[in-house]
Amino acid sequence: MKNIEFRTAVSAQGGLLVMGGVAGVSAGSRVSLKDHAGNLRNGLVIRSSDDAVLVEVFEGTDDLDLERTWVRFLDEPFKLPVSRDILGRVFNGAGLPRDGRPPIISGDRRDVNGEPLNPAARAYPREFIQTGISAIDGMNSLTRGQKLPIFSGGGLPHNRVAAQIVRQAKLLGDASSEFVVVFAAFGTSHADARFFQESFEESGVINKVVMFLNLADEPVIERLLTPRAALTAAEYLAYDLDYHVLVVMTDMTAYAEALREVAVLRGDVPARKGYPGYLYSDLAEIYERAGRIKNRSGSITMIPVLSMPSDDITHPIPDLTGYITEGQIVLGRELFNQGVYPPVTVLPSLSRLMKDGVGKNFTREDHPHVASQLFASYAKALEVRGLAAIIGAEELSDSDRRYLEFAQGFERRFIGQGEDEDRSVYETLNLAWDLLSMLPPESLIRVSEDELAKYHKGSA
Amino acid sequence: MGKILEINGPLVKLQLPETVIGEQVRVGRIGLVGEVIGRDGDTALAQLYEDTSGLKPGEVAEGLGWPLSVELGPGLLNAIFDGVQRPLNAVREKSGDRMARGVSVPSLPRDRLWHFIPDPRRRNATQVDGGDTLGSVQETESIVHRILTPPLIHGELLDLAPEGDYTVEEVLGRVKLADGSIEKLRLFHRWPVRIPRPFKQRDHAVKPLITGQRILDTFYPLLKGGKAAIPGPFGAGKTMLQQQIARWCNAEIVIYVGCGERGNELTDVLEFMPELKDPHTGRPLMERTLLVANTSNMPVVAREASIYVGITLAEYFRDQGYDVVMVADSTSRWAEALREVAGRLGQMPVEEGYPAYLGSRLAAFYERAGRVETLSGDHGSVTLIGAVSPPGGDFSEPVTSHTKEIIQTFWALSKELADARHYPSVDWLESFSGYVPSAAKWWAENVDPGWEAARAQALDLLAASEELQRIVNLVGVEALSSEQRWTLEAAGLIKEGLLQQSATDEIDSYASPEKQFALLSALLEIFRHGMRLVKLGAPARRLIQMPLMAQARRWKSQHKSEDMDALKAKIARIPAEFESVAMDYEQPSSPIPAPRGEATTHAERRAAPRD
Repeated sequence: MKNIEFRTAVSAQGGLLVMGGVAGVSAGSRVSLKDHAGNLRNGLVIRSSDDAVLVEVFEGTDDLDLERTWVRFLDEPFKLPVSRDILGRVFNGAGLPRDGRPPIISGDRRDVNGEPLNPAARAYPREFIQTGISAIDGMNSLTRGQKLPIFSGGGLPHNRVAAQIVRQAKLLGDASSEFVVVFAAFGTSHADARFFQESFEESGVINKVVMFLNLADEPVIERLLTPRAALTAAEYLAYDLDYHVLVVMTDMTAYAEALREVAVLRGDVPARKGYPGYLYSDLAEIYERAGRIKNRSGSITMIPVLSMPSDDITHPIPDLTGYITEGQIVLGRELFNQGVYPPVTVLPSLSRLMKDGVGKNFTREDHPHVASQLFASYAKALEVRGLAAIIGAEELSDSDRRYLEFAQGFERRFIGQGEDEDRSVYETLNLAWDLLSMLPPESLIRVSEDELAKYHKGSA
Repeated sequence: MGKILEINGPLVKLQLPETVIGEQVRVGRIGLVGEVIGRDGDTALAQLYEDTSGLKPGEVAEGLGWPLSVELGPGLLNAIFDGVQRPLNAVREKSGDRMARGVSVPSLPRDRLWHFIPDPRRRNATQVDGGDTLGSVQETESIVHRILTPPLIHGELLDLAPEGDYTVEEVLGRVKLADGSIEKLRLFHRWPVRIPRPFKQRDHAVKPLITGQRILDTFYPLLKGGKAAIPGPFGAGKTMLQQQIARWCNAEIVIYVGCGERGNELTDVLEFMPELKDPHTGRPLMERTLLVANTSNMPVVAREASIYVGITLAEYFRDQGYDVVMVADSTSRWAEALREVAGRLGQMPVEEGYPAYLGSRLAAFYERAGRVETLSGDHGSVTLIGAVSPPGGDFSEPVTSHTKEIIQTFWALSKELADARHYPSVDWLESFSGYVPSAAKWWAENVDPGWEAARAQALDLLAASEELQRIVNLVGVEALSSEQRWTLEAAGLIKEGLLQQSATDEIDSYASPEKQFALLSALLEIFRHGMRLVKLGAPARRLIQMPLMAQARRWKSQHKSEDMDALKAKIARIPAEFESVAMDYEQPSSPIPAPRGEATTHAERRAAPRD
């Protein structure tokens, strides 16, 4: 079957091609297609029956006719050749080189769809990753094997934050704990892709980076393959070569939009905002490939970036993502407009795995309590700020005025930091106590009395 | 023997004459399993529990002759199954770290021996009926597994094996049925998951399920045999709350169904549970726990089945006379699986793409909860707690609104509370419980007759503070009268000293009913004493600054439930603390006469905020 070329196209429309008179084609099989100009295109069988086969063409069906289109069914799923040589390389969304160097030749070719991990084989992520960013380390810390997305909006510096995490991420007290990076960009601009490339070059990690790029003006359907190809490379690096892999993917919104585009073409029943009902399952197939496996030393930590359409966190894409990932780092326009970098809005941000990765044996014993206290005090401070906006700061009580100052200091000094500033977690925690010391000790009930005595500057 | 005609995602069209709807099928060379969901002439439509890529039209398909069923017998506890009851540890031994397709492993271990002790009631019995106990197996140290006659068997018991060690497949006895045929009895039997297991009759639920979580037990109780839902947007702490319930509740068996949820969360349960001790028996929690795990990246059709697998297992333990709690996380993912299949079938969508039968399916599922008299005359219960994940936290969406009509206890989680790290983020205004009168009887008999009044008073206080907070947000706290400020402060005390509960704090994680009530009444006592002083003319500001106010907020995490004496000693000092302040105001010249006894009546306090 692999070598037979069929010329039995029945219809072609919007990226979908129907082939007639072909029997016994396997579902999910890869397709190679030659158009009238002799150019090769890639495709995937999405529906197969005795008499007709539905093919999704990655490069689209533009400039395609039915009479001079030759199709071969390769009878295998999309596979990515993997070897140690992928480090330092740049590929397109389908895993072909786009850096002008020769393709990867390897006998080891992996199905990009992967297979779901047996839940009983997973190891729970516990090792604290220090990103050097206080808002993350102090209050929403990342652990090895976690998937923690950055929820952002158009114009916000999510790329700079992601790049800073990549530059600074390390395990505490383990110098050899370097990460290799798998970077996947789909639907992003050339400028953004170049920003990352230059950032990797500057920090000298470029030889430990594998890039998969499908940029904004490139085939949309290929976008559905890009994260899968990238994660296949990540799994190989993590579980075959024992690397700790940091996967940065941007932008998941572009991915979901591509999925919607294809779903509409296929005539799938739309659920919310035109997205297909299987958006959740599809996103889960991608996100759930992060993690750790028992008895293997490598790991996959995932930082997907997604821009919330009109900054709406209840939009289906951030909403479903939040239900799958283990927390989220939310960037906010208000802080950004005030010149705070990184503009992390801490209240809606969350790390679900933090509870098991910080504290006594991981960072410092007061860490969980300090984080909880910062959240509570800042939430209260924002209430006070709202009140001050109505009745004026002069009318506030003494204690409320201290909260106002705390909010100011917290945003400027704790959240705000330099793009090259790499704070240790201890610096972060000490800074937190500096700020908490602005508040009366009796209002700090989330920290223990011992911790107050030890760290609160006013109670000495 | 049939063949595949068409493959469309998880749906395959088969040429399979004479198949029955609901029948299990095995298709393709790799042997993927699924179930028939429709017939049209000689063709049948089947949904497969595994990924269909690589299947080809023309490959073989066969009907297996039975509907989706579970194996019920010793070996269930302490296990982790996937959505169609494949044991995940055994699957891992066979196929490695990833879920290979077409792997078939029996649900219950076939080689393990169990020590069977025949029931004395069966010694000279000639007649045996469905649900009768044949004997028992000590499955784990804390749980005796009763071996039941399969529900539909009635007939003459020809013989029954003596005490001894048996595998699940060995024949233990024989029954001659009315039609003369012989039915063999084993340690296990099968039951189709989509059919509720029969029982004699429904009982009234009478006892509360004690979860050790103050906002649940004290404010919005759930009964054993009841139905509850936990709706909440992502990040509201839904999973944490459910895990807390699974850890601490006083049920005898806990079934946790992870339906379309995160893999790492299940790993957390798997790694963490064995370390924990059951607070009621002192045994490892895993001995009473059973997990059904179908994570979000596993096939969607098996996700739809996993809920039914879980509830059938729950009913089986109920039939043995146990109180069972099943936690389903999350029913929204199950509904989405329904929607996905319905969409592929081209069924007309109604709300947000969900099929028209969503409401009836949900209701039928929740109705499998309840406290019943079993076929053998025992009493058992299934308590059902379903998580709901409303998109965007919108409670008016179809799954939440349908669920709300069916359940009795509604623990609404709030994003605002979670953002301020107020956990558990159960919203005290949105939540409700229809079980309060029944629970009140139990609390009155077992803890304190004042429970219902104290609960109502605390809720009043919280509601009043909500109104006051609105005023404060407009004009600032200085605009309130002293009485109003004190009301606000007391509500804050209840929120921080009682409602907030840390799952990660060793002491605070679980609170016995006694501790819950002691804290509740202590905080209300503080409120009453303060209100008395405020009425005497003491400024609320002075009371708020009393060290007692900060101390009382810490009591919950300073004393374990077993260490009630120390807590009570602190509570006993409350009047003295106020006494020192009272000295300054209780002068004979005081313009307001000191009230006697109960400082404030209900009506007075209700009126205060509206002054």
